[in-house]
Amino acid sequence: MRTFEYHAPQTIDEAVRLLQAGGAAARPLAGGTDIVVQMKESATKFPYPEAIVSLDRVSELRGIDFSESEGLRIGAGTTMADVAASPLVRERYLALAEGAGVVGSLQTMNMATIGGNVCNAAPSADTAPPLLVYEAQAVVVGTNGRRTLPLGDFFHGPGLTALEPGELLAELRMPVPPANTGAVYLRNTPRKQMDIAVVGVAVALTLSGDTIERARVALGAVAPTPVRAIAAEAALEGQPASDETFARAAEAAASQDARPISDIRASVDFRRHLVKVMTARLLVEAASRAKGNS
Amino acid sequence: MMPKQLISLTLNGLPRELAVEPSWTLLETVREALDLTGPKEGCGTGDCGACSMIVDGRLITSCLMLAPQAAGREITTIEGLQKNGSLDPVQQAFIDAGGLQCGFCIPGMVMAARHLLDHNREPSLTEIREALAGNLCRCTGYTKIYEAVQLATERMAAR
Repeated sequence: MRTFEYHAPQTIDEAVRLLQAGGAAARPLAGGTDIVVQMKESATKFPYPEAIVSLDRVSELRGIDFSESEGLRIGAGTTMADVAASPLVRERYLALAEGAGVVGSLQTMNMATIGGNVCNAAPSADTAPPLLVYEAQAVVVGTNGRRTLPLGDFFHGPGLTALEPGELLAELRMPVPPANTGAVYLRNTPRKQMDIAVVGVAVALTLSGDTIERARVALGAVAPTPVRAIAAEAALEGQPASDETFARAAEAAASQDARPISDIRASVDFRRHLVKVMTARLLVEAASRAKGNS
Repeated sequence: MMPKQLISLTLNGLPRELAVEPSWTLLETVREALDLTGPKEGCGTGDCGACSMIVDGRLITSCLMLAPQAAGREITTIEGLQKNGSLDPVQQAFIDAGGLQCGFCIPGMVMAARHLLDHNREPSLTEIREALAGNLCRCTGYTKIYEAVQLATERMAAR
C-alpha cells in the first residue's frame, strides 16, 4: 500500500477539523473493508488519500439507542455485527438487522460499519434498502454544524454521496414504524456469504385489517443508487393485501422502478425478473410479519 | 515515506511496543516486524480469512486492519492459542481429525473455530459452517475441517 499520513481523532469535531484541513486529499477510514481494499489495489474511486482520518477512536460515533418519541438512532461507526445483533434493531427494525447480517463474512461484519456501507454508496449496499423503507435520515456533521437529510437524497450515484469535503456522516435516524408494520430484506446472491447482491429488495407494509395503509419498497443493485420503488408503493397503498395486489406491485417494481444494467453479476432481464419474483414473495412475508407472525 | 509511529499493543498476552508505518497492515506488522508467521496472506482483500486474528475478542481479517488501528488492542494469533506448551483443543482436534491438506488456510480456520467456540459451546453443523464461511480452503477440505470443529466441541464438552 502506498503511504499516507495517519490521524486518529477521538471526537467528531476533531475528525471534521482534520478532514476539512486535508481537503479532497483526506479520507475518513471506518471499518476499512472497502477503502483499504481499494487503496491496496490503487483503485480508489477518488484520488489516492494523502491523509487517512481513522474513526476507530471516536466513541461518540458508535452505539444504538431507541426511544418511543425519537425512534432509532445508530451511530455511523457501529459495526454490522452490532447492528445485526442489537435487540433494539431486531425488535422493530428487523429488515435492517437482516441487511446488516449478510454483509461479507463474520470477519467483515466485525469490522465494517453501517456508516461505511452508506458512504461507500454502492448500489448493492445491503443496509441501504432497509434504511430506505424505514425512512432513515442521515445526520451529517461539518465545520458549520449539523445538517439532516433523507437518506434518499444522500445517494448521488455509484460511490457518490451528498457529503461535501470535510463532512462526516455521524448517525442514521429512523422514526418509529407505525403499529401493524411488517418489514423484510432479502438479497439474491449465487453464494450464501461473501458475495454481493445481484438484487436486493426491502419491503415494509403497514396494515389496517386487510388493507394496506402504507407501503415502502426499496431496491438495491438495479439503479445507480439504492432506490425507493415509488410505482410499486402506489400500487399497494389503499389496496387489499392480496396476491393480486402484490403481483401488480411486483410488476410495477420490475418494469417501472428498476433501471438495471447488465454486468458481470447479471443481465438486465434477469435483474428485472428477480425484482418481480422477490418483491412478490417479500410482500407476502411483510404482510405476515405485520400480522405479528415474525 | 512517512515517519513511523510508535504503538503499543498486547500480542498473545504479552505487551509489545514497536514503530510502524501507517500503511502497514496488522498482518504485515505481525508477520514482518513481530516474526509471527502463523497468520497467512491469501487474498489480501478480506475475502479468504487466512489472516484471521482475534482483536479485542472479535474475529477480524488482519489484512484489512492498519497497524496504528491495532494500538492499545489485545491481539491473539494462532501462536497465542497454546497454553504452557500444550496445543489448544481446537488445534489438537484439527490434527486428530485430519482437518487439513496443504495447511495454508488452517491458521485462519482454527482462529474462526476458536472464536466460534468462545461464544457458542455447542454449535450445530450449520452454525459451524456459517462461522467458517469467511474462511476459504482451496484444497476444498471443508468436510474434514467441520469434523475437526465437531471433535473439538465434543472434547471441550467432555471436560
